[in-house]
Amino acid sequence: MTLSRFLSRRQFCLLPPPPHRPQALFILGMSDFSEELIKSTTEDDQGERCELSGTGMHFPWLQKHIETVATGGKKEKDFAQTTSACLSFIQEALLKHQWQQAAEYMHSYLQVLEDSDSCKRQAAPEIIWKLGSEILYYHPKSNVEAFNTFADRMKNIGVMNYLKISLQHALYLLHHGMLEDANRNLSQAETWRYGEKSSSQEVLINLIQAYKGLLQYYAWSKKKMELSQLDKDDYAYNTASQNMLDHSWKTSVNLGALIQIPGVWDPFVKGYVEMLEFYGDQDGAREVLTNYAYDEKFPSNPNAHIYLYNFLKREKAPREKLISVLKILYQIVPSHKLMLEFHRLLRKSEKEEHHKLGLEVLFGVLDFAGCTKNITAWKYLAKYLRQTLMGSHLAWVQEEWSSRKNWWPGFHFSYFWAKSDWKEDKALACEKALVAGVLSGKGCRYFRYISKQDHQVFRKKIKRMKKLVKKYSIVNPGL
Amino acid sequence: MDLDEAKEFKERCTQCAAVSWGLTDEGKYYCTSCHNVTERSKEVVNTGAIPNTKIQAINRGLKRKRKLEKGWDWYVCEGFQHILYQQAEALKTLGVGPELKNEVLHNFWKRYLQKSKQAYCKNPVYTSKRKAPVLEDNPSHSDWDSEPELLSDFSCPSFVESGAESQPDVHTQKPFPIIKASQSETASICSGSVDGVEYSLRKEKGIVKMTVPRTLAFCCLALLWQRETITLSDLLRFVEEDHIPYINAFQHFPEEMKLYGRDKGIFAIESWPNYEDIYKKMIEIATFLDLPRFPDITEDCYLHPNMLCLKYLMEVNLPDEMHNLTCQVVKMTGIGEVDFLTFDPIAKMAKTAKYDVQAVAVIVVVLKLLFLLDDNLEWSLSNIAEKYNEKNKEDKPWFDFRKWYQVMKKSLDEKKQKWEETRAKYLWKSEKPLYHSSIDKSVVCKRREMVVNLQKQFSTLVDSTPTIGKKSPSSFQFNWTEEDPDRTCFHGHSLQGVLTKKGQSLTTKNSLYWLSTQKFCRSYCKHVTTYEESNFSLSYQFIINLFSFLLRIKTSFLHEEVSLIEKRLFKTKYSKTKKKSSRSRKCDPWISNDVTRTLVRNTKSQALLPTCHFRTRCGAQKAVIQ
Repeated sequence: MTLSRFLSRRQFCLLPPPPHRPQALFILGMSDFSEELIKSTTEDDQGERCELSGTGMHFPWLQKHIETVATGGKKEKDFAQTTSACLSFIQEALLKHQWQQAAEYMHSYLQVLEDSDSCKRQAAPEIIWKLGSEILYYHPKSNVEAFNTFADRMKNIGVMNYLKISLQHALYLLHHGMLEDANRNLSQAETWRYGEKSSSQEVLINLIQAYKGLLQYYAWSKKKMELSQLDKDDYAYNTASQNMLDHSWKTSVNLGALIQIPGVWDPFVKGYVEMLEFYGDQDGAREVLTNYAYDEKFPSNPNAHIYLYNFLKREKAPREKLISVLKILYQIVPSHKLMLEFHRLLRKSEKEEHHKLGLEVLFGVLDFAGCTKNITAWKYLAKYLRQTLMGSHLAWVQEEWSSRKNWWPGFHFSYFWAKSDWKEDKALACEKALVAGVLSGKGCRYFRYISKQDHQVFRKKIKRMKKLVKKYSIVNPGL
Repeated sequence: MDLDEAKEFKERCTQCAAVSWGLTDEGKYYCTSCHNVTERSKEVVNTGAIPNTKIQAINRGLKRKRKLEKGWDWYVCEGFQHILYQQAEALKTLGVGPELKNEVLHNFWKRYLQKSKQAYCKNPVYTSKRKAPVLEDNPSHSDWDSEPELLSDFSCPSFVESGAESQPDVHTQKPFPIIKASQSETASICSGSVDGVEYSLRKEKGIVKMTVPRTLAFCCLALLWQRETITLSDLLRFVEEDHIPYINAFQHFPEEMKLYGRDKGIFAIESWPNYEDIYKKMIEIATFLDLPRFPDITEDCYLHPNMLCLKYLMEVNLPDEMHNLTCQVVKMTGIGEVDFLTFDPIAKMAKTAKYDVQAVAVIVVVLKLLFLLDDNLEWSLSNIAEKYNEKNKEDKPWFDFRKWYQVMKKSLDEKKQKWEETRAKYLWKSEKPLYHSSIDKSVVCKRREMVVNLQKQFSTLVDSTPTIGKKSPSSFQFNWTEEDPDRTCFHGHSLQGVLTKKGQSLTTKNSLYWLSTQKFCRSYCKHVTTYEESNFSLSYQFIINLFSFLLRIKTSFLHEEVSLIEKRLFKTKYSKTKKKSSRSRKCDPWISNDVTRTLVRNTKSQALLPTCHFRTRCGAQKAVIQ
């Protein structure tokens, strides 16, 4: 999946990407890949990926337009027409998953490598690699050998693509579980040099090393698993732990270099930190994570803050510190799961401004459609509303509510939701009804529907709810 | 031959160290023991003494290889001759009479060589700088020609003797002592041919230099001379379908004719031939060759508009009855006249009819006369025809424009799609890679190898069913039958629905007509009119698209031809507007032609050309034909 998703995303931008793009692209592929590699710890960094893919805005038609302007009055040769028509046929075939047709057109498109226009000729290998690898990835008649042959051939057409292709080749091999081949490939690419490295190539070499590091990390964590199953007094224990030490040293060298460069390196950072922690280098780990989260040269990355937060939590850092980390995450992703935890921290804090923020955070979470059925959030809100109003901070509630009263009733408290929530999750419906009653009064459809329900288990709860609403509803504070 | 190499000449033979020399007919020493030919020439040559055939074999076969590929010494014009030869052969297999190759094209070519001073003249360009030709009384080895001024014939496959290239013995002698320019030794400017560098630098006034597209112009001229049943558009389509060698024609040169360096610019082609371009080149060449008036195009010739109209009516599935009308239009416009049709390059304004385009334009005009094509009348006429056909299932069906449109649209779209796909799949590069110099030779060859390897890999992924090979050549691109509802044949349908009887004659029900071009462009730009698609009715656009696809020409080109036919057909209208437009903007809607009284009404083109307005006046205005 990874490689394909990663490639298909790029088939729309077949032009040489701007210098900053390769990183982002590799990350797209890599993050998915690492999920497969380290299945255990990746739960918390999903859902943020979309932000990254959004940065690759691209207007292929614009480029085409520019190209035609550039050639001006010069008539395009039919050869060029053939290749460009061929290219669009391939793209169409790929979009429609017609691998066979795509291969057919590819057969003819390859002649672009012999284009007399040197500009096009030089751009061709990359395009061919992207299209060809996509076809070979999906085509039913294709296999690993075919892909290897293709990759090896493409690596040696022109020098500029060697590293990129090597890296993607390695990713392909990883998908097919051929870790050793992938490692060998990366080692080969690592030692490849061609004259003066351009700056973009330097990043690529770093990436290749980092991927090697990641593979080593994988081996290391496998060893760690084995070790945890061994008895400490076992004879094998010592050798195994020695082995692990060797690995970690090599890996940290590989990983450490990459994460100095601004970029999004989530899986690498995670692996690196895990190893540092394992060997007790807490300070080192903290430094890496702090740098990753706070260095302004790095792109804004929610995961960086999540990693730092989790690390600090493990370290039992003071609440104040945790709050400051999550505050930034709140600004980037107000709907993140950790926000409920953030709310708890704020609630427990002594500062009044934190209490106010706690309310804001809850409202913020429930602004998102994905959280509408989150019972904990509703429960927290119901409870916290009561607490706030009891603490006579009506102004806080009104402040939050004023921007939402136009749309929350329709969004959360409609008759439809009342019916379906009651059917699916009565506890949730009760919590929501309470919030609805408090915020938009007894006349609220949601509240009215729930309060009319008669149910043995919930009778008591509903009664209490009605009472609370009567007492705290902000609509008629006088009553 | 090579002055540089002549320096290396020693008394002993470089190959076998023997000292036993003979003389070739070119005045060179050759080693009698090993047949190694030296580059040194003897001052006084006596060719009579040496048997020719043997020497030629030596000349060609046993040349020592030099740094770059060393094949035969050949001239650029020989290359073109070879291409022409291949094309003539291909035409022969397409069914064209053998005279085309043996007589017409051969004569044209000889004339070209003579006119461009490359051969058959006293001072050919190649030798003039070196030494005067001493071969004047040399017996000609050409078994065919006996023109007195003929000095020698070219060695490459002679037009007469097919398959000559495979038998070196048949080759006649080298025309001129070949002296390679010394600069050809430098790596940057070189060529496989002897005169490639010189040729590409040659810019003489008044000389039409040979190019690959001009070979097609030659073929077309020969076809026209022979009044063969292949029009220019057919020829170009055959080129496109690979029935006639054109792109990479140099691939089929004999093994020993090496191409590189400047030859690449001369022989490598990266574009399809274009109708307008080849048409212009035809006239240019005919004028350059100073050809006499071509044989008359009379009514029984294929190229006569009546014949071509019949052909294209069949091709686009229109009723045979329309042929009557096209003949009328041809007659009225005078484009069927012998003098109009016959090509006369010596005439003041050398001009030949674009036979195929013209015939198609006539059909478009007839369609406009019958159906108006204003996106309205043709559909209401179709409704009438449809109703009639439902009621009278036994009778000959009336032609239903809508049904015809549906069938044609579908077939055309399919054809176009296929055409685009084959174009996109076309492989342009020859198996023999062409390189500029020895420096990039290895790169080019490596690249070629890479592409071949990659192609092999991807062809294994393609379905094993081989891609439908070459289509067998045909003058027709469509094929209509009664049985298949998608390919319904309309040839037998009647035009009764659109014609009415008036006295003795039949007139069209439609009484209106609109002109494709109201005012012709008189400025110095070359075109006479423009074609902005969106200004015209959809049916007109469709018809123009259909025909221009058939002929593989630009839509504007056909539109122009339609306008020109209309200009001839409605002469009076045009002459009137010219007079009147100065006086008043509004003109008399009654336009009487000698034969046709036609109301000319503006449709959409009004907006574009506001110079004259013709209002409709209801009444019995008829476009009376006959």
